[in-house]
Amino acid sequence: MTDTSLPAPPPKWQLPDLGLLGWMSVAILVFWTFVALFAPWLAPYEESTILTNQSFAPGEDGNQMLLGSDYLGRDVFSRLIYGARLTLGLALAATLLAFVFGVTLGFVAGILGGRTDDVMSRINDAFVSFPSIMLALILVSAFGSSLWLLVLTIGFIEATRVYRIARSLAQNIMVMDFVEVSRARGESLWWILKNDVMPNAFIPLSTDFGLRFTYSILLLSSLSFLGLGVQPPFSDWGSMVKENMAAMNYVLFYGIQVAAAPILPAVCIFSVTLANNLLVDWNLSRSQKDISGELID
Amino acid sequence: MLGMLILRRIALGLATLFIVSLIVFAGTEVLPGDVAAAVLGQGATPETLAAYRAEMNLDRPAYERYAEWFFGLFTGDLGNSLATQRPVADIIAPRLPKTLMLGGFAALFAVPLAVGLGLYAAMRPGSWFDRSLTTGSIAVVSAPEFLVATLLVLAFAVELRWLPAIARISTDAGFWEIVVALTMPVLTLTAAVLAPMMRMTRSAILNVLSQPSIEMAILKGVPRRTIILKHALPNAIAPIINVIAVNLAYIIGGVLVVETIFSYSGVAKLMVDGVASRDIPVVQACAMFFCAIYILFNLMADVVSILANPRLRHAK
Repeated sequence: MTDTSLPAPPPKWQLPDLGLLGWMSVAILVFWTFVALFAPWLAPYEESTILTNQSFAPGEDGNQMLLGSDYLGRDVFSRLIYGARLTLGLALAATLLAFVFGVTLGFVAGILGGRTDDVMSRINDAFVSFPSIMLALILVSAFGSSLWLLVLTIGFIEATRVYRIARSLAQNIMVMDFVEVSRARGESLWWILKNDVMPNAFIPLSTDFGLRFTYSILLLSSLSFLGLGVQPPFSDWGSMVKENMAAMNYVLFYGIQVAAAPILPAVCIFSVTLANNLLVDWNLSRSQKDISGELID
Repeated sequence: MLGMLILRRIALGLATLFIVSLIVFAGTEVLPGDVAAAVLGQGATPETLAAYRAEMNLDRPAYERYAEWFFGLFTGDLGNSLATQRPVADIIAPRLPKTLMLGGFAALFAVPLAVGLGLYAAMRPGSWFDRSLTTGSIAVVSAPEFLVATLLVLAFAVELRWLPAIARISTDAGFWEIVVALTMPVLTLTAAVLAPMMRMTRSAILNVLSQPSIEMAILKGVPRRTIILKHALPNAIAPIINVIAVNLAYIIGGVLVVETIFSYSGVAKLMVDGVASRDIPVVQACAMFFCAIYILFNLMADVVSILANPRLRHAK
């Protein structure tokens, strides 16, 4: 009598083998998510409270400011915590927006093909032929840079990039044999989209989401650093670097720790983008690709 | 066949430039009322606003103004700056060589370094050097330009006091003065483009190394170094040039941040200031300058790929 029992099913979910760097990256992202969510409870002071009339007062003078004060005498440590909120929140909102529009339109173009695809893709090509920061500057000079407009601007720019990937994914999937079978069975386009295209596009799109999130953070921070992104009284990490650059002139008098005011916000940005890129690279290496090929846009 | 392909690609580049000019113009002129209000400030009465619009030709239909502006791009008549009333061409002209010089020096420094490191890593794939270069390049692409720049300023301008924190070049600057002023800006730009260029050089070489002709050379017993330099490199030159052209286009994004942080009076700084003060003619002209360079480099990358593909050289 042969054993007809099936082999044990694989466990439904197990911890992925991320390696040391991978788990450190996860820890960094979890940490910043926590900081962004609970900023008001974690920060010792309000972000806009002026605590001293001294610019770049060092932290160790018994003034209860861990990292000293910024150019207006506000607590740098508290502002870093609140900065996480704006930087990560705006970048995440922009990335989500980019994916909702980019993926929807990209799938429509990729699945319908023909004239619809031609028209949509030519219009998209026009926007992709700009360097993204240049497009951002043009849109900001036209519309200004309130928080909502920044999300819309960055979301729009990234959506033109997401569109290209979603479209080519959908095109590649639509010529697969199993789609042919679904069509022969008489399934509707909606059914094919839901059951054939979406499940197969999910993994590559999730990798791209990581990349887009990094780009959104860097684009937002660069705009803010140029003074064209987040405007006072709000401030994200990029604008903190800009407004505290003068601290470099105080290093001579107060010592090197004064440089924390412009440098730490940049380091915070770096920690998020690095953790994100390491995870993207881990994700790509499973499919034998190379992050540097992806990281050029 | 080949000539047709290249001509078609150049025509496509020109068409792209035309569409880009449409978007630049439309994008910066969507709110013409605001331009007048932004320049004249809050004290402007409806009469002064109307007079200003008439003076600046803002009251004429958009397509007329576009046609005038578009042809002005070729004749050098770029209109007057809203902020200073001076001709935009006169403002940009002295700044052009500065930005081109900054970008040129960055390219001269970054390209040989990136190709060299990429080649060296390709000679020893999987080695300690190769793996640390991979992780290192992920770190470098993750760093915003202003982090690299502020760390450089802190080290070389504030602590060591070897280099000036502000890159100012006088009109009669000697070579040494230019080198001193541009060292940190060039290093920052290099960091921005080095990693992708290096990694893509490496993969271009490794890609060629997987070809049957290389396998043949290995079987003949040719040493690995000779294989890479004599057999792989000539075949990888086209993809590498392609990579270089694409990445040089990305220097543009870095130039905006670098010129701002080092107060370098080039076109990028002019554009950033123009956006802040909503000086539309200045923004339009600078945007066209950068987009033209970007499109040119992408065009060059594509033409090199067409030239490098032997299958396209003969009509089927």
